[in-house]
Amino acid sequence: MSVQEQPVIKCDSVYKIFGENADKMLKLAGGNVDAQEFQNAGCVVGVNNASFEVHKGEMLVVMGLSGSGKSTLLRCISRLTDATAGNIYIDGEDVTKMNDKELIELRRNKMGMVFQSFALLPHKTVLENIAFPLQVKGNTLKDSMNRAMDMVELVGLTGRENYFPRELSGGQQQRVGIARSLAVEPDIWFLDEPFSALDPLIRKEMQDEFLRLQAVLNKTILFVTHDFDEAIRLADRVAIMKDGIIEQIDTPANIVLNPATDYVRKFTEEVPREKVLKIISVMDPVDGGIELSDFKVSQDAIIETVAERVLSEEKAVAVVDADDKVVGLLHRAKVIHVLFGENASLESKS
Amino acid sequence: MNYLNYFTDRPKLIQFGIVLIVFFLLMSMTGEYHDLMVQRDFFVKAVERGNIQDSVGFFESIRMIFSWQLPPQLVRLPEISFWNPSVGTSFLNWLIAVFVATGLVFNNYTKTTDKNDWFVHNWGQIFTKGFIGILAGTILAPTLYNWFFGEITTSTFWDVPGYVHQYGQYLMFDFWIVDHWNPRARRYDEWGVVRVVTRTLADSLQFIITLIREILMGGFRTIVTLADTFSSQTGWDWMGENKGQWYASIPALPWTVLTAGAFILGYKLEGLKLAALASLGCLYLLAFGQWEPAMETLSFILVAAPISGIAGVIWGVLAFKSKAVEKAITPILNVAQTLPHFSYLVPVIVFFGLGDHAGAIATIIFATPPMVRLTLLGLKKVPPEVVEAGMMSGCKNYQLLFKVLIPTARYDILIGVNQVIMQCLAMAVIASLIGAKGLGFNLLLALNQLRIGQALELGICIVVIAVVLDKLSLAWANKQKDYFADLSFVERNKTGLLFVAIFFVACLLAWAGTTLVGGTVFNFIDQMINGMRSGLAGVFDITLYPIKEGASNYLWSVPHNMGITTEPFWQGGVDWMVVNWATDIKVFNNWLLIEVLMPMKGAFLAMPVIATFVLFMGIAYIIGGVRSSLIIGGFLLFMALTEWWERALISMYMTTFAVIVSVIMGTIVGAIAVQNKRATKVILLICDTFQVLPSFIYLIPVIMLFGINDTAVLIAVMVYAVIPPTRYTIEGLRSVPESLLDAGHMSGATKLQRMIQIEFPLAFPHIMLGVNQCVAFALFMVVIGAFIGTDDLGQLILGALSDKKGIGTGLMLGFCIAFIGLAVDNLIQVWSKKRKAELGLA
Repeated sequence: MSVQEQPVIKCDSVYKIFGENADKMLKLAGGNVDAQEFQNAGCVVGVNNASFEVHKGEMLVVMGLSGSGKSTLLRCISRLTDATAGNIYIDGEDVTKMNDKELIELRRNKMGMVFQSFALLPHKTVLENIAFPLQVKGNTLKDSMNRAMDMVELVGLTGRENYFPRELSGGQQQRVGIARSLAVEPDIWFLDEPFSALDPLIRKEMQDEFLRLQAVLNKTILFVTHDFDEAIRLADRVAIMKDGIIEQIDTPANIVLNPATDYVRKFTEEVPREKVLKIISVMDPVDGGIELSDFKVSQDAIIETVAERVLSEEKAVAVVDADDKVVGLLHRAKVIHVLFGENASLESKS
Repeated sequence: MNYLNYFTDRPKLIQFGIVLIVFFLLMSMTGEYHDLMVQRDFFVKAVERGNIQDSVGFFESIRMIFSWQLPPQLVRLPEISFWNPSVGTSFLNWLIAVFVATGLVFNNYTKTTDKNDWFVHNWGQIFTKGFIGILAGTILAPTLYNWFFGEITTSTFWDVPGYVHQYGQYLMFDFWIVDHWNPRARRYDEWGVVRVVTRTLADSLQFIITLIREILMGGFRTIVTLADTFSSQTGWDWMGENKGQWYASIPALPWTVLTAGAFILGYKLEGLKLAALASLGCLYLLAFGQWEPAMETLSFILVAAPISGIAGVIWGVLAFKSKAVEKAITPILNVAQTLPHFSYLVPVIVFFGLGDHAGAIATIIFATPPMVRLTLLGLKKVPPEVVEAGMMSGCKNYQLLFKVLIPTARYDILIGVNQVIMQCLAMAVIASLIGAKGLGFNLLLALNQLRIGQALELGICIVVIAVVLDKLSLAWANKQKDYFADLSFVERNKTGLLFVAIFFVACLLAWAGTTLVGGTVFNFIDQMINGMRSGLAGVFDITLYPIKEGASNYLWSVPHNMGITTEPFWQGGVDWMVVNWATDIKVFNNWLLIEVLMPMKGAFLAMPVIATFVLFMGIAYIIGGVRSSLIIGGFLLFMALTEWWERALISMYMTTFAVIVSVIMGTIVGAIAVQNKRATKVILLICDTFQVLPSFIYLIPVIMLFGINDTAVLIAVMVYAVIPPTRYTIEGLRSVPESLLDAGHMSGATKLQRMIQIEFPLAFPHIMLGVNQCVAFALFMVVIGAFIGTDDLGQLILGALSDKKGIGTGLMLGFCIAFIGLAVDNLIQVWSKKRKAELGLA
């Protein structure tokens, strides 16, 4: 992705502070917000100076424990709540300055959102729920039903379109939620802990389904979760939040290999690296003097998938990119080091 | 030392002890006034005769207190003078008012940070604080001034009812006079604009009621009204000319249509069981010959319930949208629900006149508050994510309201509709006091003639209608929407089509029946019924209505005199009880009156006003802190300032006695019943029936058995007031978490230990809510007990009802009753909330 391109979502020093004197306190603090100090004054800091950009087709996963402000951040961007200070740009337009009419237009055409508790309308069928955003937009009944039918197919609920939400399982309900959020063909897709309310097995299945959808649709995504594994698994980039502050924002591999703070490190310690890291993040640069084995691995492969083969090779293995060009090499000692070694030695490397 | 610790660990207990000690000290200080106080009105009369002063000076007061004697103004508040704003308001007073109001508003303004949006969020403040300002500037300030500097006062608190009356008259007759077209006399009259509005409203309401009534039972008044408007003649002239034409009257709906309709509706909403219940209900009304009054009552409900429902939803939505509205209407709802029905009958009569419409208006006022509350509750319960989903779908405000919020809150709103219907039926009898026709009116007539059997039958008819409508509306609330879009038109509308078919068949049958009247079939049925009636008359020795031979068309309707009646049976039963139990009852009655009730009444009356304040405000402080204490104090002060303090004490005594006995009985019955599933079911069914049964019915048997005295009233009150404690005890005990009971089992607790140590402590907050309801029910019945003859506030309200100038008196008395209820409600709610929070049940 090119950096010159205008970011789809851009947050510029966004603050969200709950409480009566929020404005006053923020002005006094002059951009230097201390959560404890605010709490003593009866304010709760939701989001504390968040600045980042999300580019077209990118998936940013915001990860944090409950109360870290991740959902609040999402709601500020979709303007379900108003940010206390800062600017939020969507396609270059400042959302915080929009009036109700512009906001409704924006939501009707550019945004879709999936909720943790599914938030389906209990009095409408699957089809009607999915068609709801189209209906409020004023589309004809036939148009919206046809479109909704396509969506039903997309999320694999064909045959259940006339069921009511109460007749569906959690996973199926969330499929409806996903279909509804996609019905208006939004550019930006917000997902607020979409899989948190599901059982672990269903969650895994839905994550796969989600990746499949994203491969087809290629939306710009802001995904909120409290599950670190999920974040690492899905994200292009991960933002880790604590007490309203974004502690680190980076690619999953960099976060695992180089946690910026102790807080982030706590999460990464438990992560099985071979399941997270791709070859590209651990390979050594090409060195002509080293003899290579016949075996080649793709730079995008997850270590786990090739570990057994690489470990059985005595010589270093060539790493190739999509065009089969050798871009690096990997010796089994390195793999063993990554899997069982200390962090410190890795950091200097990458 | 241990004892000391016990008490210092429980500061509330010490506070309570102090309050009690002060209370009893004050009680013992009545001295020479004691004998005057224990008899109602003796104190007041002594003041009137000049035997005692109603207040003494400061030094005299101090002297009296030191000689262990309360000064008279602490025993009963004297008639306190205050400055009357309607006599004349000086510029200074208005200045004070504006000053206070601006000060309050400005204070609020400086506190908020969001100055730009201040007005948007706080516009309600201008009214509330403005009201305080006006109160302070035009009433409080001059009054205080007069008290301190002894200027000539112009009015006393006791005159307030009179002023309310005058103000009402002024509004109706002198305020903003306009010309008003009088269609009957064909000329313009000079009417006050308020009167024009209220009468127009009344006439439109009356027209709708009449229209629905005539669709149900036939008639020609609607046609007359229409002719009045659309033809060149007056309605009655037109009717004279067109009499006998097919279009000159609306034919009655045959009973078969309604019964079949009820069946189909019940079947569609729930199933065969409900269908059977609904149609059997209709048949019951028919069999007992109460079809026509039942239709009158129904027509009245069909108008009042939808209006209440819609008004309730509108106010509920407004309150949901704006915190200011919610804050403003909450106290109004509280008062509207606790005000005795009688006291707002009076203003309704003054503003709207007598008749069905007046009854409907009183009913609407009474039935709307629960709808508002439930709508608000339902909307608040809509999960925030669903609202957010609606917003993210790009809903505009109205789309969010109608497509997301209201459908999602559907269940609670429909429960509100159910409540509205029940309230309407509860008002059926009371509304008939101001002219609503129907079962309630007939019931009142039967009561006046002391015909218990007839009254009971009518009462059960009301219960039948109530049960059927209750179950139907509950079924509606519980019904989930089904998916129909893929069915054909006929399949989708089969119930509707079936009803249309039945409608035509039934009408055809009814028409055919008319041509058969006098024919052998109906004659035969007439004869049979008459024979049965004569047989019954022989057994029970009663007189019968004469019947017209061969005049009935049973396919159309069953006339009143052809219905069966169980009246002789009930009459006989009551007679038997009176004959056989009279002596025992008399002994019990005397004992209760002389040993319990009279002393208790005396004790209540012997409370000096200051002692009452100390007791109630003290308890309120212990339970809810300063705020609660001040609220209770305010309620008490209002009562004490009126001339009816002694009456209020009597109301309190009756309520207290009834509540204590009812709570004890209800808790015991509930606790026993809950041990067995079937017993629980039976008890709950009895509770339901007793609650729906028009409360007037309880009056007759108690009069017959106990005579006209406090016992009779209190027994009637207790029968009614025992319902909530029973119900809440059952609910409370059932809601104790299963896991805790299991824990009890595994700790090896016996049944009794479980009951005392686990179930009751946990259910206690809920049971207290039952006590709260019990107080409300008891107050309600104490007021109705005025029909038997009491000497409390209720009796005076009943008096105000027949008094032309009674509007002020009725309202003020109503407020007194409402404030007793609200005071108790406040205490118990605060306590229960705290306790539930402590137990983690909230």
